[in-house]
Amino acid sequence: MSGMIGWDKQSHAREVLALLKPQSYVNLGIGMPGLISSLIGDHDEIYLHCENGITGYRDLREGELPNTHIIDAASKPVGLIPGASVVAHDLSFAIARGGRLDATVLGAYQVDSEGNFANWKTPGSPIAGVGGAMDLAVGAKEVIIMMKHLGKNGERKILHRCSFPLTAHQVVDYIVTEFASMRLVDRKLEILNLAPGVTRESLQEITEPELIFAPATATQKI
Amino acid sequence: MSQNLSSANSYLSQKKVVTSAQEAVSDIASGSVLLVGGWGGIGVPTYLLEAIRELAPKNLTIASNNCGMGDPGDIGVLFAAQLVKKAITTFPVHNGAQEFRQEYDRGELEVEVTPQGTLAERLRSAGSGLGGFYTPTGYGTELGEGKEVRVIAGKNHIFEEALYGDFAIIRAAQVDELGNLRFNYAGRSFSPLMAMAAKVTIVEAEEILPAGTFHPDDVHLPGIFVDRIFEIPKSGLEK
Repeated sequence: MSGMIGWDKQSHAREVLALLKPQSYVNLGIGMPGLISSLIGDHDEIYLHCENGITGYRDLREGELPNTHIIDAASKPVGLIPGASVVAHDLSFAIARGGRLDATVLGAYQVDSEGNFANWKTPGSPIAGVGGAMDLAVGAKEVIIMMKHLGKNGERKILHRCSFPLTAHQVVDYIVTEFASMRLVDRKLEILNLAPGVTRESLQEITEPELIFAPATATQKI
Repeated sequence: MSQNLSSANSYLSQKKVVTSAQEAVSDIASGSVLLVGGWGGIGVPTYLLEAIRELAPKNLTIASNNCGMGDPGDIGVLFAAQLVKKAITTFPVHNGAQEFRQEYDRGELEVEVTPQGTLAERLRSAGSGLGGFYTPTGYGTELGEGKEVRVIAGKNHIFEEALYGDFAIIRAAQVDELGNLRFNYAGRSFSPLMAMAAKVTIVEAEEILPAGTFHPDDVHLPGIFVDRIFEIPKSGLEK
């Protein structure tokens, strides 16, 4: 795969953070998106919502004692910001499904140029868990997929059409991998940023949908 | 009119407090639909689960967000005792859900995976006298297959049915003698919706307090949805 290394985990998470707007409400999925909470500062004004009904959580500070009833989607103990709130699951999913979240960041096995993505079940697995992913995907104003660009065996994950069972239909806005930050526009992927050492040509080799440069990006990168 | 008044009086004088978890669950029969509170290991009614395991009703249908997190006394005890026929759940694949997995692999378990917001709303519908609802969640996916589709406001929706329970078992922080109660942070999650959706709601609380302790504005779930309350032994709060 032409020796591309790409961003490390922290830089990858920073690329996603760069897509989140100040004064926005955001839900972070389990797995890789969980890295983002550690990068959010008090002054970023990004408010994190969790399926469990908490809005306004943050990573625990060094030495801070956890409260066993305050956790994130991965059941990791977290803290609360001043102004945090707690509701039951009906209101929590009114927030998620009702269009109140500015963005959700979710991991994925596959994502495609139609804006479909698959993140809950692999083909042939007898049983899988879906959690809140389907509700978040249809409800959030922006769906950001954060994942590795290729599978464990080098297989492509950004496709013309997902082959795995879908999580949601035509919802994806952004894809951020360790190689590039991209926006889905009319079945093409507009490159917003490339990791060091990554070229459009090398990226296109491992990406099925057509890659394009936005005019501003093209000026910066060429 | 007078009939309404007398039923209101009987509500107020009703004795909801029971002295043991065993007494609280004693009429849970085989074949019951059991709504089990808790989310990600928080708010799990471990004392009631243990009492049900001892009682050992068979062929239960359970609805619960998780099917075990590997924590002592969680819902895994019902699977380990082979009491469950069907699980309605959103996330049964946690590494700690070993007892669930063993039952599933034995071929003895029917599993219905439901999106989390859909499970919440199915319970809320049942508790609100509604037969179900249309949602875009799950449309175009395996979980939407075979469900009625309607276009509402230009968007594809699927129909999801209300989910009724025979019993709800939930954990609360404090409850008063009338069943008005409060939860701890994420210990709330599905519990109020399960209490609404069940014919009989059984609560284990860290503390039972006199009626009037809570300001009415501070009640998370009113006692009208609660049938039995049981106080957890003080020594067991860390369980």
